[in-house]
Amino acid sequence: MQIFHNPNYNFIRWRWHAIGLSAAIILAGAAMIATKGVPLGIDFSGGTLVRVQFDQPVSEDQVRKALDTIPGDKVVQQFGPVADRQIMIRLPQTGTAEQGISLEQGSRQIEDALSKAGLKFQILVRDIVGPVIGADLQKKGVYATLASILAITIYIAVRFRPSFAIGAIAATFHDILVTAAFLQFFKYELSLNIVAAILTITGYSVNDTIVIFDRVRENMRNKRREPLEQVVNTAVNQTLGRTIITAGTAFLSVLALYLFGGEALEGFSFTMLVGIISGTYSTIFIASAIAIILSKKPQTAAAAPASEPAARSARKQKGAKAS
Amino acid sequence: MTQNVLWKLGLIVAVIALSVGSFYFKGMNLGLDLKGGVHLVMRVQTDDALRVQTETTVEQLRDALTRGSIQFSKLEMKDAKTFVVEGVTNDQGFRAAAVDADTIYNRSSGVGSYTYSMKPNIENQLRGEAVDQALQTIERRVNELGVAEPIVARQGAVDQILVELPGVSEVQRAKDIIRSTAQLELKIVEQGPFGTEEAAKQAYNNNVPSDILILPGTGDSGGATPGTVFYALRRASVVTGRDLRNARPSLDENNLPAVGFSLNGDGARKFGAATEANIGRQLAIVLDGRVYSAPVIQSRISDEGRISGSFTQQEAQDLSLTLRSGALPASLTYLEERTVGPTLGADSVRAGVAASIGGLVFVVLFMIFYYKLTGLNAVISIIVNLLILLGLMAYLGFTMTLPGIAGFILTIGMGVDSNVLIFERIKEELSGTRGARAAINAGFDRVWWTIVDTHVSSLISALLLLQFGTGPVRGFAVTLIIGLLANVFTAVFVSRTVFELVLGQRKTQTLSI
Repeated sequence: MQIFHNPNYNFIRWRWHAIGLSAAIILAGAAMIATKGVPLGIDFSGGTLVRVQFDQPVSEDQVRKALDTIPGDKVVQQFGPVADRQIMIRLPQTGTAEQGISLEQGSRQIEDALSKAGLKFQILVRDIVGPVIGADLQKKGVYATLASILAITIYIAVRFRPSFAIGAIAATFHDILVTAAFLQFFKYELSLNIVAAILTITGYSVNDTIVIFDRVRENMRNKRREPLEQVVNTAVNQTLGRTIITAGTAFLSVLALYLFGGEALEGFSFTMLVGIISGTYSTIFIASAIAIILSKKPQTAAAAPASEPAARSARKQKGAKAS
Repeated sequence: MTQNVLWKLGLIVAVIALSVGSFYFKGMNLGLDLKGGVHLVMRVQTDDALRVQTETTVEQLRDALTRGSIQFSKLEMKDAKTFVVEGVTNDQGFRAAAVDADTIYNRSSGVGSYTYSMKPNIENQLRGEAVDQALQTIERRVNELGVAEPIVARQGAVDQILVELPGVSEVQRAKDIIRSTAQLELKIVEQGPFGTEEAAKQAYNNNVPSDILILPGTGDSGGATPGTVFYALRRASVVTGRDLRNARPSLDENNLPAVGFSLNGDGARKFGAATEANIGRQLAIVLDGRVYSAPVIQSRISDEGRISGSFTQQEAQDLSLTLRSGALPASLTYLEERTVGPTLGADSVRAGVAASIGGLVFVVLFMIFYYKLTGLNAVISIIVNLLILLGLMAYLGFTMTLPGIAGFILTIGMGVDSNVLIFERIKEELSGTRGARAAINAGFDRVWWTIVDTHVSSLISALLLLQFGTGPVRGFAVTLIIGLLANVFTAVFVSRTVFELVLGQRKTQTLSI
């Protein structure tokens, strides 16, 4: 059984359309981020988050009313199905211990206010994140993502050629940006788990790209006469079955996580789902397109003959490495 | 079956047996998010330790100058790591007296006045020691709390300490016990009690000498001044918490809960001498900067004492616990607190297991549907992969967290990738003229470097995730890393061995793929 029998689609022909579509999604996401900002979860913004299970059914409004006395922007939200009687309450960061405000203050205020309103409840989750930790995590999250991209770029540049590395990294950035745009569209707050998912996507996305590039390298040894577009397009087609099946199995297993994994992992699995789709798409359309565009540049330039020996020696080098 | 295949098979069976065994016997550590409990991150205010050092140095210098009759107009602490001396006329005598201070502080001099600031290496050393001591003290307290498998460790920045207490339900009590500095000091009362702080200062014409300390306290029960009162105390302590040998809950003369303590040999000597010399004066029992009681010294006391205040039984118990475990060298502030109720943790485990099984079933069905019998080969390698993952996690004592379960599922999904890569290549080779065995060999050989490349790039991002992550996310990164490593073994070695085993020495050259 085979999904594709000797597929021979001309993916490279669609590269500009693909780049246009991606640019549209990314720009829309960026516009939303620019106007509304990235909604930060408690891990990064700091503050207090309490998840309460009530003994009797209560409405969000009831809880909101009970908490009226607490100043600041509160978020009160039903958590999970109504039958669970769980409400999530979030308070913003108020002050620091150095200013004489204890970290627990917010959570204590919530408990007092709910008790005073005559509600019976138990606390399931209490997250209190001080400003130091929040800022620390923000910084670390950005560093880890950038360092991961940089390290992978270097690896690909060493194993393949620099233009390929740029193609792979462009595809990875593409996936991160598209995922960020979708997180924005579906109003997910950035949490530790979501950053973990994004980092995983950088690894996954490059995986896909490497498989194609490996094939391109192999084909270049056999079909030296063909233009690069042709070689790349053949490689994309040859690996198409694998790309779709891998994406499919990864997608299915993460879908199981999204469906059965509980609310705590919902943001994580949503991010992964978007990342897997985007990763597959970018592998087929974006990575190779950019690799081609960048590889061609020296040849269209006036100094074409000068670049020819360089390219040949590069190929020789690759051949030597593989043997 | 050739010798070669037998040998490989033996290795695979051994790996499986080891994995299952270590999982079975060692069990899996569950993270707080799965077990319930509290995760705390706190900062040690290491400035406190510097302040103590500077205070002590200033007092010692004052003593030395007084003993040597060396004139000075001013000697005071400016901040935690600097102090100034002014109006020194006998320069040579001063320098001789200040030898000790010179070892710890850098001196900048003007005419007859000096500014001492702490040497940077000493400062770092003191800060480091304060964190170490705090770590040890917290460890002792947590152990006395009787929590199973607690974690007390440094985290991130140098002055942060992480404490994880699984299954603790009285979070507030645990936090209070961990945080209380439990700084016990016994000081001689010079004057007081006064009704207000101003009154106490006025007793010195608003010019309190620097060896006198004014501290708040609780008015003696039955005394004329209930509520908060103020005492003027000698700054130098007679004995401190460091001189304690033991502390335990007891009862005071009114049969109310109190904390009795006894002093070690050195402390008892100091205490005996001081009480003998000050009979008739009050002795203030100061805990964390507050006077708990100030009984009049009736006679020489050597090694026993009692702290009474209006304690509840629980408070008396907690206080003796913290006193026993020693004082914190510096105060703590909480930076982060995450509490997960135990029922929620159990729910998460259920959901995670359900999702894992769901993911596995999806993938297994698909692989068998798409690759038929060869798909079974992939299923074998996924299952061996998961067994190794569980076994290694258990053996190495890593903690399974909720995101770790996600890593588990992702391992299932992405683990198949290598199999798919190989199988697709085998299919391609089969469509050529070669036979099954040649196609399999070509498939594995051609794809090997692709697998290496993909795994290295995934490992790079997983390792950086490990660097970035705290608690749960680390669990995810660990699962992913072990899953990736195990996958190289299963997808290539195990899967190939299964092919060799099935094809055996047969001449048939068809493959169900």
